Amino acid sequence: MNKLFFELGRYILFVRSMFFKPERFKVFFERTIHEMNNIGVGSIGIVTIISVFVGAVTTLQTAYQLVSPLIPMKVIGTIVSDSSLLEFAPTITCLVLAGKVGANIASEVGNMRVTEQIDALEVMGINSSGFLGLPKIIAGVIMIPCLIIVANFLMISGGILAARLTDLMSPNEFVQGARETFKMFTVTVSMTKALVFAFIITSMSTYEGYFTEGGALEVGEAGTRAVTRSCVLILFADFIIAKLML
Amino acid sequence: MIELVNVNKSFADKQVLFDINAKFEPGIPNLIIGASGGGKSVLLKCMVGLFKPESGSINYDGRDFVHLPYEKVREVRREIGMLFQGTALFDSLTVEENVDFPLKMFGKMTPDERKERINFCLSRVGLENANKKYPAEISGGMKKRVGIARAIALETRYLFCDEPNSGLDPITSRRIDELLHDITQEFKITTVINSHDMKTVYDIGESITFIYKGKVWWQGHRNDLDNTRAHNPELDAFIAASQF
Repeated sequence: MNKLFFELGRYILFVRSMFFKPERFKVFFERTIHEMNNIGVGSIGIVTIISVFVGAVTTLQTAYQLVSPLIPMKVIGTIVSDSSLLEFAPTITCLVLAGKVGANIASEVGNMRVTEQIDALEVMGINSSGFLGLPKIIAGVIMIPCLIIVANFLMISGGILAARLTDLMSPNEFVQGARETFKMFTVTVSMTKALVFAFIITSMSTYEGYFTEGGALEVGEAGTRAVTRSCVLILFADFIIAKLML
Repeated sequence: MIELVNVNKSFADKQVLFDINAKFEPGIPNLIIGASGGGKSVLLKCMVGLFKPESGSINYDGRDFVHLPYEKVREVRREIGMLFQGTALFDSLTVEENVDFPLKMFGKMTPDERKERINFCLSRVGLENANKKYPAEISGGMKKRVGIARAIALETRYLFCDEPNSGLDPITSRRIDELLHDITQEFKITTVINSHDMKTVYDIGESITFIYKGKVWWQGHRNDLDNTRAHNPELDAFIAASQF
């Protein structure tokens, strides 16, 4: 229990130490753009593959469960689009991003720690936590919601594609079902989740990397811990957001 | 000048440094020597602010580094250059970008002036043709020299070197020693070098501080080392172990 409070306190202090006035705005801006490219553009491929398949599989499994002839097929469109927007796109995508982006950040920062590069920044008089962490957090909270928007679109597209390829229904029917019960609020929930999850992934991974001690083995362990803890926090935050907003 | 007054440092229950008092003068290489685990690196890290001592003061030309507010500490740190044992070059940046890093962060130079300064620093350490290479593409000795070039890029007043010769062959090691000696004299820097290499001590050391079990066991000039050995068994054992 003591360790939990120690880690929590250290994480809060670490996050607080990151928010500072950058030494050079130009350098800070360049680093943020670089991180946006790493986190956002670098993840488009995996997000595309996952989203299309999750949308397609959700459509097929929903159809399998709707056995009553009294329920119109367009309901599948409603279910797939709503569950994609509310849950699958933000949560599944962010769980995957916790693995891809989180491990990458933790190992990068952890490696900088064990090779004394972070000490070098500190000796120069640079706020190392802010210099390394803040651009990643800003890049994450900008790019991950963009990826979630793409994921939302691709999951629904995957659903339409699966329905069309398996002759379940026409794309028009699917879209009609999706539009009939569409509420803008579901997009708000989706984006709220994306923002919170993005913060969790980037801050937790930077934290784990920053406090790495030892060598190559510990850097690997930091990567694993970053992914595990980010995933648990994402699921926990998912529950809280759902409870508060729905 | 850097002056340490009664510096104490411990980790959990283990005290590592005991009432350290020492002075390091500008323009001469000041060497801290001692066996591994004796507290040399901890002392150096206290001096550059990576560890905070429990008590005592570290004065940089009269500025008490330990008790200054954070913003003032950062100002002092910008006058400090450090060559780390593992060089600590930024992997993702080229040699040129590594030297440019402090200039870009804190310098008030135009891009052309920065370029000129980078080339000056790199040529000063004898690395004219490595600008575009990454740290992974250069040798250990070259990395040390890039580390020195980065450390002096901002016209540093205080230079700290942690085991500058570790992992280097004797010829490269001597080159690095000579470079540190020349730079110290040329720019009138207060240079503090952590080493357990007695060859470095006899080659370039002027002011020597011998740390033993976390205490300053002896401080004096290199020329006095041989006379002191006879009366100082710990110092004698350390020097003798290096076959000097």
